[in-house]
Order: sequence, then structure tokens, then C-alpha cells
Amino acid sequence: MTDNFILQMNDITVQFPGVLALDRVRFDLKPGEVHVLLGENGAGKSTIMKVLAGVNTVYEGKIIYKGKEITARNIQEQRERGISIIFQEMNLLKNLTVAENIFLGRQPLNSIGNIDWKKMYHDARTLLNSIDSDIPENALISSLSVGQMQMVEIAKAISFKSDAIIMDEPTSALTAKEVDSLFRLINKLKTEKVAIIYISHRLEEILEIGDRITVFRDGKYIETVKAEDTTIDKLIKLMVGRDLSEQYPRVKCSPGEKLLEVKNLTKGKHLKDISFFVRQGEIVGFYGLMGSGRTETMRVIFGADSYNSGEILILGQSVKIKNCKDAKKNKIALLNEDRKNHGLILAFSVKENIVLANLDSVMGPMGLNFTKEEIISNNLSNIMSIKTPSMKQKVNFLSGGNQQKVVIAKWLNSDSDIIIFDEPTRGIDVGAKVEIYKIMNKLKGEGKAIIMVSSELPETLGVADRIYVMHEGRITKCFSENIGLTEDEVMKFATGITTEVL
Amino acid sequence: MNIRTLMNIRKIDFANMTPVIVLVLLCIIMSFLSPVFFSYANFVNVLQQVTVNAVLALGMSVVIFTGGIDLSVGAVLALSGIVLGTMTVNIGVSPVISSICAIFVGAIAGLTSGLLVSKFRLQPMIATLGIMSIARGAALTIAGGRTITGYSRGFRWIGSGSIPGTEIPVQIVFMLLLYLLMFYLLKYRKVGRYIYSIGGNEEATRLSGISITQYKTIAYVISGIMASIDSIILVSKLNSAQSIAGEGYELDAIASSVIGGASLLGGFGSVWGTLLGAIIMGVIRNGLNLMNISSNLQRLIIGVIILAAVLLDTLRNRIKQ
Ligand SMILES: Nc1ncnc2c1ncn2[C@@H]1O[C@H](COP(=O)(O)OP(=O)(O)OP(=O)(O)O)[C@@H](O)[C@H]1O
Ligand SMILES: [Mg+2]
Repeated sequence: MTDNFILQMNDITVQFPGVLALDRVRFDLKPGEVHVLLGENGAGKSTIMKVLAGVNTVYEGKIIYKGKEITARNIQEQRERGISIIFQEMNLLKNLTVAENIFLGRQPLNSIGNIDWKKMYHDARTLLNSIDSDIPENALISSLSVGQMQMVEIAKAISFKSDAIIMDEPTSALTAKEVDSLFRLINKLKTEKVAIIYISHRLEEILEIGDRITVFRDGKYIETVKAEDTTIDKLIKLMVGRDLSEQYPRVKCSPGEKLLEVKNLTKGKHLKDISFFVRQGEIVGFYGLMGSGRTETMRVIFGADSYNSGEILILGQSVKIKNCKDAKKNKIALLNEDRKNHGLILAFSVKENIVLANLDSVMGPMGLNFTKEEIISNNLSNIMSIKTPSMKQKVNFLSGGNQQKVVIAKWLNSDSDIIIFDEPTRGIDVGAKVEIYKIMNKLKGEGKAIIMVSSELPETLGVADRIYVMHEGRITKCFSENIGLTEDEVMKFATGITTEVL
Repeated sequence: MNIRTLMNIRKIDFANMTPVIVLVLLCIIMSFLSPVFFSYANFVNVLQQVTVNAVLALGMSVVIFTGGIDLSVGAVLALSGIVLGTMTVNIGVSPVISSICAIFVGAIAGLTSGLLVSKFRLQPMIATLGIMSIARGAALTIAGGRTITGYSRGFRWIGSGSIPGTEIPVQIVFMLLLYLLMFYLLKYRKVGRYIYSIGGNEEATRLSGISITQYKTIAYVISGIMASIDSIILVSKLNSAQSIAGEGYELDAIASSVIGGASLLGGFGSVWGTLLGAIIMGVIRNGLNLMNISSNLQRLIIGVIILAAVLLDTLRNRIKQ
């Protein structure tokens, strides 16, 4: 039996202050298979993978790798053993280029021992081409979108020539096109007998790519099933321990006035002549492939970036938004796609992050009122079901999905009328996703104008009342009714095969 | 498993307690080395010697919490002192009005640094180095090498008197009041929260709709004001204002802040840590004095300590990552 496995982890236990993250769990891996690890936010998926990758070195239990018992002491050693990891929270250095990041610490050298830049950039290009990515190898990481950063992480991980690759939510910010490339790559790796550990909250994806699926719940091992023997519903039941009513709850509202209107917004080469509007009491979806300009559009509206020409109107009045402060004054909120760099103060506690965008909500006569802060954040934390030992916990120590929930809670506390959600469910488990959709529906019912940018087409189709599709910096289509729309129809406009002059 | 958890918890507490432990250890060592160290008189003596650095370090800490640094504090201290001295002694303005003017000078210096850093995106190190040179140059231009001396008794009471009916030095009370005020600002006012959040993640703070320009500038203004308030204490204490005052003080201030647990990357630290850091620096100096170590050698030793503190900070950050 043992000979079949490249890896066996038994009775793994990890304890953090106040949290038993893993309780005697097991996990194994065969060469050339994709073994999916599934579980709710905070179930312990990232934790066990960090143990395996040599990041989390305080653990109990036994790891047998290639027939020998090993101790995972550091990343370097594990990498040499043939285990590499794509982290859930991206770890790229922002001020270096794509190629420099890929080859960090192991740059190719020339005959006199200097870095061979030409070879490095060339190798990086080859690597990126192999995953069908057109990201420039000399671009600075800080100029990339979250999805592009994920592609770079993937390129980096496969460059190690590993026997086992851990992918912790590699696709959370990828659109269908990149997911396809990744799956092609995974299938190729499989034929080379490379084993893949795959973590994702996108269940359709899991059934498509996975061979076996192991489910964790609350730090405990639940079950391992074969992908062909299971269904999404069965998986959800294993994950959350109960059935889920509907994946996309819908609420009917009759939209009111145009709260936000954007006319002919243009920004360099990135955004061309963008015009759209959002009414009170509706959720407007923005779909597009990576780099289509959705995030840029939202950042401009929120005053995070400047623009060349165009007009932004709120309730028909033209407004000047020069910075994010102006945007907030106009009651606009932007929930950023990049939670680690743009959404959270990692060194702040859960409650400090939740109230940051609206400290007025916790002001008392003598200054900040910590009781109020505790009550407000506790309340939002319950609504969002954030898994944390206390409100005092630093968000740095929360699981990825729970960090995302903190960002959402922060903007829910901001008392805005126009709320832009950029990839709101990135890294969020199925159960919690439904809760977030319900919250969006509730906001809609209160007459707020909601924009949702999402890379997941099923989500866009399931949640939005109207849909704008973007392609290469332009709006190529507005579906003014989301009834009976199919993925293919939307996709046509996203890939630029069909364009409609609006 | 349980033991490990316990150790984890201890480790965290230990990190926060480091300055306290260092201080206690230092005091024990000093008591052995010098019999007069452990006495009430020497205790008050140390605190009195600490005030000037402690107030400067207080302002410096606020800037460090934002992830910046203010190298101009020593020079701003000198310039404010010269303005104060010239106005009271040479022109004959009342000390109160001169003091207000001195504080105004400090605020302007801080405002300039702040705007250079936040609006014009200069490196804090470079911007404040420039301001340092300008302030020092201005002080020297106004007063040359002269020592401006001869202040009223009332004014000297701040730096050398004690609270009526007690033996508590006024300057210590003054310093503690400033610390309390800053503690309140940092913990209970929005500005404090924003200062830490800018240090923690500037971009995320900006994208939360908070004006970085405004709050970073405020931090430097606070630092400038603290430096000029400090000049009032110093001039009153020494009964003289000199354009070469405060040279090298910025290093002591930075060291106090870092020894007290602030991170040079920003986002961490507390004013009480800084106060402890300043007292630690004071105890070391006092000890060196009691052991009759020459001032030249003292400079060398202090230099080593400052480097060690900053090195410790970098190590701390690396472990955190
Ligand atoms: N360094 C840490 N210190 C304290 N608690 C931690 C730390 N890292 C993780 N935890 C806790 O351990 C639990 C498991 O976290 P983990 O990151 O493994 O979850 P996950 O299954 O990957 O969730 P997600 O789907 O949200 O990514 C969570 O409750 C989390 O708060
Ligand atoms: Mg995770």
C-alpha cells in the first residue's frame, strides 16, 4: 500500500494561541493525481499545507514522504525534496519584476558569476508562455492585478521541477480563460507523474480537475471521496455538515433613480469611453476577462486613480472625485480585490480593521469609544460569521476567507449608498458566499446601488440584475435584463468575438 | 501541545515586556557597580536628565509610528531655543509670547517636513536631513556662536524648579503631562488610529478614504512642536540658549523609540515604551558617569547601543515575516 503513495501525513495537530487549527488530521497523495482539499473558511486547509511546505514548523504528527519519515523544517529543504507551494496570500515582492520574482534567490549566472539577465528574462518568458500567459516578464509586480499575480505564482511554482505542487486557491482571482490554461498545465503535469494538491472554493472546478477529494471541517478530517463518485451537493453537505438551500438567493426589487452614472470615462490606453449607470435598489454585475479594465474603472470612480476625461454623476449631479476621501464623502465604498495590500492593516486587530473606514461610528464624547467598537465589530462579525478567537485577534492570523470577510465588514460599517464589490467572494466558502449574496440583496432592498465585479461567471449570472461586459478597456455589452442568459452569450462579448456599439 | 501553547503566549508577552526587563536588569547591574546608584536622589537625578531626550523621543515616536523618521528634531530644538532666547533676552518680549513663537517655529519646521514627505513624496530621511541643515543654519545665522543667557526666575522654574510644597521637579511633571496628552491623542483620537494605520499599510489606509497627506503631515508637525517645547525646557534648565544645542539628539530619540518597542517600518509601538526607552538610555548614561567613563568613550558606547537597538528591530521584523 505505502508504495503507492508519494506522501502520507498522519495525526497532524497544529495549535495556535486560542485556536486548535488541526486536530489529528490525515492527508495523502499519489503520484500523478490531483488531490483536492476542501473545507469551509478556517477549516485548516492552508495550515496543513504550510506544515507540508515547511512554513509552519510547530506541529505534531508524522509525515512520510517517498517512503521515509521526514520532519518539515523549512521551505528550502522541502523544496529540495520536491515539494513546492503556491501560497493563498501572494508573496511576491512588489518592487521587483515578474522575472526577478520567479527566479528570486536562484537567478541564472553567467560564466563570470554575474546575474545573466538575458537568460533570466528569456527563461521567464518561456515559463509564462507555457501557461499561456501574456504578462510581460519585465513588468513590475505592483502594476499587476491580483489574477495576474496568481499567474506569476503559478509560473514560479512549476519552475521548481517538483514532484508535488501545492496550489492553495490558485484560481480565486482567475477568469475562465486562465483557469482553462491552468487546467491544461495540470493535466500535462499529471502525465509527468507530478502530484498536485489543489485547494479551491469553486466546486465546479474541483469536480472537473480533481481525482480524489478530502474534506476537513473545523480542523478535523471528515472523509476522502473519489471525484467521479460525488456531486456538488454531497460535497457541500460534507463541508458544512448540512444541506444548503439555494446557491444564489434572489430578491425582486424595482429599481429607483440613477444613483451613479458614468459618462465617457477615458483613461489612457486602459479605459476607453466607459459609460454606465447604477440605480437604487439594483445589483449591477461587471464581467470581463483578466485585464479587461473592470478594476481600473472601479478604482477611478473611487478616486484611487486619476482619469483623463469623462464625467461622474451622482443623482444627476456632476461630482468631482479627486481622491478616496472625496469618494467616501459622496457615500461611495470600494471593496478592493487585493485584500492583503489594499484592504487590510495586517497588524491591526479584527475590530480595528472593521471600524477603520468609519471611525465616526465609534466616536464618543471623550474620543474613541472602545465598548462601541467592540459591539459594532462583534455584531458585524456575527453577521459575516467571521471565525476568530476574539475581536482582538490580529487579522494577520485569520484564514484567507475570514480576512476577506473582515474587509466586507469594514465597508458594511461605512454607511455608503453606492457600494462597489470587487471580487467580494474571493476565497470565501460556499456557505459564506450565500450569506454575502444575502447581504447584497438586503442592501439592495434598502435602496443602495450595488456594483459587483466578479471573475466567476456563474456568480455574476446568479446575483446581478443587469450585467455590463468589458473587453480591453471598453464596455462591449449591457444586458439590461438578466433572464435566461447563458454563459456562452456573455462570454462572446467578454472575449471580444462580438462587439456591440453602445 | 499545552506546553507549546504556553510558550507561545509567554513569547508574546516577553516581546512586549522587553524594555521593562532590560530596565530592571540594568538597574540591578548598576546597583552593584555603584553604591550611590540606588538612591532617591539619584533616581530623581536620572529622570531630570532624561526629560529633554524623552520629550524629543515622544515626537520622534509619532513620526516613526507612521513609518517615517525625523532627523531634524535636534536642529529644530536649537532654532526654537535661539528664537526663544533672542526674543526674551535681546528684545525683551515676555517669556510666554516668546515660547509661543518658539513653538510656532517648530510647527512650521514640522509642517515643511511633513508636506515634503507626504505631498512631494520625498524620502523622510532626505527631507528631514534638509530641514535639519536649514534649521541649524538659521540658528547659527541668528545667534552665531553666542550663548544667550539671563532669564527670569519664573521662566527658569520650568526647567529647574520644583512643584510648590514638594520636591518633585517641574520638568518631570511637564514631561509626564506631554506623554499623557500624546497617549490620549494616539489611543483615543482618530488621528492616532490613522497614524498607526498609515504605518501599518499606507495604501490600504488611503483606500479606506483617509487622507495620507493630512495625517502624515500632522505627525511631523507634532514632532516639530515637541522639539520646540523641548527647547523651552532645555533653555530654562540651562539658563542659556545656544545654536549648537541638541546636536546628535535625534539619534538618542530614535534609539529611545526603538528600544521602547517601536518598529522603524511603522505601525507598532507605544508612547510608554518610548518613555521606558528614554529612561533606559538615561540609566546607561548615568551609569557611565558614575563609573567615571570619559565623555568621548561614552559617545562610542552609546553609538554601539543605538546600533544594537536598531539591529534588534530589524531582526524582530525579519522574525515576524
Ligand atoms: N498564525 C496563526 N495564528 C493564530 N491562528 C491561526 C494562524 N494561522 C491560522 N490560524 C487559525 O487556524 C484556523 C485554520 O486556518 P487556515 O488558514 O488553515 O484555514 P483555511 O482552511 O485555509 O481557510 P480559508 O478557506 O479561509 O483559506 C483558522 O481559525 C485561523 O484563524
Ligand atoms: Mg486558506
